[in-house]
This record gives sequence, structure tokens and C-alpha cells, in this order.
Amino acid sequence: MSAAVEPGAPGGPVLEVREVTKAFGEREVLRGIDLSVAEHEAIALIGASGSGKSTLLRCIDLLEEIDDGDVLLDGETITDPAVPPVAVRRRLGLVFQAYNLFPHLTALQNVVLGERRAHGASRAEAEAHGRELLARFGLAGRENDRPDGLSGGQQQRVAIARAFAARPRVMLLDEVTSALDPELVGEVLAAVRDLKEEGMTMLIATHEMSFAREVADRVAFLDEGRIAELGAAEQVLSEPRNPATHRFLARLLQAGRG
Amino acid sequence: MTPTVVISDRRLEREAAKRRRARRGQAIAATSTVLVIGGLVALVLTSPGWPTVRETFFSWSVFKDAFPEVAEGFWLDVKLFVIVEAAVLVVGLAIALLRTSRSPAFFPLRLLATVFVDLFRGIPTILLVYLIGFGVPALMLSGMPTDPVVLGGIALGLSYSAYVAEVYRAGIRSVHRGQRDAALAVGLTEGQALRHVILPQAVRRIAAPLLNDFVALQKDVALVSILGPLEAFRFAQIIQGATFNFTPLIAAALLYLAVTVPLARVVDRMGGPEGSVR
Repeated sequence: MSAAVEPGAPGGPVLEVREVTKAFGEREVLRGIDLSVAEHEAIALIGASGSGKSTLLRCIDLLEEIDDGDVLLDGETITDPAVPPVAVRRRLGLVFQAYNLFPHLTALQNVVLGERRAHGASRAEAEAHGRELLARFGLAGRENDRPDGLSGGQQQRVAIARAFAARPRVMLLDEVTSALDPELVGEVLAAVRDLKEEGMTMLIATHEMSFAREVADRVAFLDEGRIAELGAAEQVLSEPRNPATHRFLARLLQAGRG
Repeated sequence: MTPTVVISDRRLEREAAKRRRARRGQAIAATSTVLVIGGLVALVLTSPGWPTVRETFFSWSVFKDAFPEVAEGFWLDVKLFVIVEAAVLVVGLAIALLRTSRSPAFFPLRLLATVFVDLFRGIPTILLVYLIGFGVPALMLSGMPTDPVVLGGIALGLSYSAYVAEVYRAGIRSVHRGQRDAALAVGLTEGQALRHVILPQAVRRIAAPLLNDFVALQKDVALVSILGPLEAFRFAQIIQGATFNFTPLIAAALLYLAVTVPLARVVDRMGGPEGSVR
């Protein structure tokens, strides 16, 4: 499974992060990130809490403004101040750690909102597609439930369907299982696996090493705002070259999460 | 449908105990209500001045004569309340949106909105009614309304818009930041995020405090009487002046209660079960 797709495969990278830095006040969170994601490739971002994984994803989705560097989507510099962020976000799908579903809307309405309002789909069209998506992620019959009536795993699958609905070029997953009870992790990971099988290009921040090994083509280890190691999933996770990666993985193993 | 469950004796025992506790609670509540309310009534009825008070405040014959006129005046209060309330909901929302907007283009409007709230929330409503009710006609500008009902309505509208704007603003700010992030992430514009995600949640949260302000406005409509229009309080005062009997004021009070009490029960309902009187 590892390195199924060579970086820089035909057509060039879909997403390119170049020398990106980002600070919140005095705190430098990203200190020059370089990363490129090829079509159909899934890259797992691993690293301790606070290493910058979430910030990187939020910067790519233009929810945070970067300080320096560039992010390119299909060759277009999306972090150029002249590029309207709304149009960029419509080409990306972001799934949040805390789901961030709209609590006043049903599962179906959550999935449909973006397609209807941002992509101008007709109601019938969007709803038909929304139902299809919910069914695909095992949520048939839950269309009219509100988020507070769903389990964490179900909520996160609705959130994945919502981010996926408009067929984004890249999906950005921000620790999508971290807020879940352990027995619910599997169903969400199955949904992500499903996306991978259909060839979705993904950047996945995760704490689940076994999952990273299984789904990701490459793994990037973030340490203090830099990519300390990047390589084929199997290699980084089994024979890390950077001592920092090694220490991080050893700590996880001790905590029983390896 | 429901599977047959064998109910154990232990459980039956517990349920019986629960019922006993509930019955005892009801009995205590009933007794204490009778004692407290009965005591208060007895205190009033046995007071030395009660015969006079009954005649000047609770005269049935005066009540019968005054009620139709006071009720007619109250109809004006109701109309004024409904119109002002509708305007307040719109103006208050507009002010709140201006105050929460971040766009630099709105800076001057944002400033004005802040001044608006500071000003009209800071001046006592009764003073505003005076200032606008007597001040605007004194300007003698053509096209300006001179009808005291309209002017009084404008004064009330300004005052309550300032309050309601702050209620809206609190509601908007209470919606978690992640909701905006999620709305933007699915490709909505800032405006769409506000319209489809933030505001619907904000309005749900502030329904109870908004209704609370409705109840307050419904009463404050009586302030318009100082400008002269013949609404309920004004009618009651006129009759009181002519008959030296205060019963018409009681009639007016009852009419206000007939509207504010049901509204208050609605507010309780929205505040959750703890707030309601059952």
C-alpha cells in the first residue's frame, strides 16, 4: 500500500505548500512548511499537539492568513491576497476535529447547505445527492435527525459527507477521530478509507498511527512548526530516520496508541 | 411492540414510594398556598382603611362605567405596541449587524450604531418621549410627523431598538466561532454564513430575553399618554379626575395584565421547565 502514487505524478501536484510561516502574536506555529500533495495521494500529518498540524490545514483552507510563503492549488497561488478566499474554499473540503455541524439543521440540511448556497445546486438536486452521500457513509434513515440526536461517530460522518458533497479537489481532515469515544473511531476511519479508495486527494492530520500506515501514501512528521521527516508511510512509521520522529513514535507506543 | 418485561416487586415498591412522595409534596404546596395567600387577603381586608380603599379603588359601578372607554383606549396601546415592536425587531437587528460587522467599509456606520445604542439606551424612556414628542414639532420642519401617537411611537422605538440591538448582539456573539469556520469551509460567503448559520442559532438563543423586552415595551406604551393621546392610562386618568375614584386605573391595569401575563408565561416556557409555574 505504501507509496502507491509517486509524488509529482502526471499533472503535477494538486496542492503545494511552499515555505509557509504563521505566527499567532509571538508564538511561531509554522516555521517554513514545504509539502506537495499529488493527485489521489493521501498524506498523513503526524506530530505532537501544538506541532502545527491544525494550523497548517486551517491556513490551506484560508481560515487563517499565512505570514509568508505560498499555497498553490492546481498551480494557482491561493494565498495571493488578490484571490477571493470564498472561491478557493469551494474547491477544498475541511473536516473539523469537533465536527462543527450546524446544530439547527438536520443531517441532510448540513450536507446540502454548501451545495445549495455556495454551488447553486437546485434543492431537489442537492437533496438527492445529499441522501446518496449519507447512505454511502452509513447514515440512511438519519437524514432528518439533528446533530444532537446523533452519536459522535455519526456526527463526524455527516461532517465528512458535508465536506465531500461538492467534490473538493483536496480534503483536509483535522484529527477527525480525536473527539470520539474509542468504539466510534472505526466507523469514521472506514469513511475516510472509502474516500481514499475512490482516489480523493487528502491531507490527514491524525493521532492514529495504524490508520496513517493503512491509508496514507506518505507520512509527514511535524515538529515545532517544521516538517522534520517526510517519507513513505511504512518507512517513517517503522524506521524513522529523524531521532525526533523516533522519540515521538516511542512515546505513542508507550501510551498504547502505536 | 414493547417486549413484555417482568416488573420486580422491588421496583413496584419504589414506584409506590415515589408516588407517595409526590402526593405529600402536592399536599404541602396546597396547604402553604392557602395559608400564605389567605393571610395576605385577611391582612388587607381587616386593615382600618380597607372600606375606603374598596370604595375608591374597587368600585364595581365605576368600573362598569369606565371599562368601555378605557378598553377603547387600550386598543390604541395594542396597535402602537404591535407596530413599534415590529419596527424594533428590524431596527435592532440592523444595529446589531452593524455593530458586529468587521468590514472596514462599515466603520462610520458601526460608529453611528454604537453611538445610537449608547444614546438611546442611556436616556430614560420617559425623557425620550418628552424630548421627541415636544421637541420635534417645535422644530416646525415640514414633512416631520406631528401626531403625538407617531412621535411617541418613534421615541419608544428608538429606546427599545437600542436594548434589542444589544440582545441580538449578545446572541450573535454566543454562537461558537467554529460555526463560522464551518460555514466558510463549505464555501459560504460571510453574509451567507450570517444568514444561514449564525443568525438562526442566535435568534433561537435570545427568544426568551427578546420576549422579555416585548413585555416591557407593552407596558411602556403607557408613557405615550404624557403627550396627550387617548390611550388606556390617559382615559383612566380623565375619568379618575372627574369622579375622584381610582377604579378606572385598576381597569387599565387589568387590561395590561391581560396581555403581559400570557406573554410572561410564554417567556417562562422558553426559559425551560425550571422557570415555569405549573
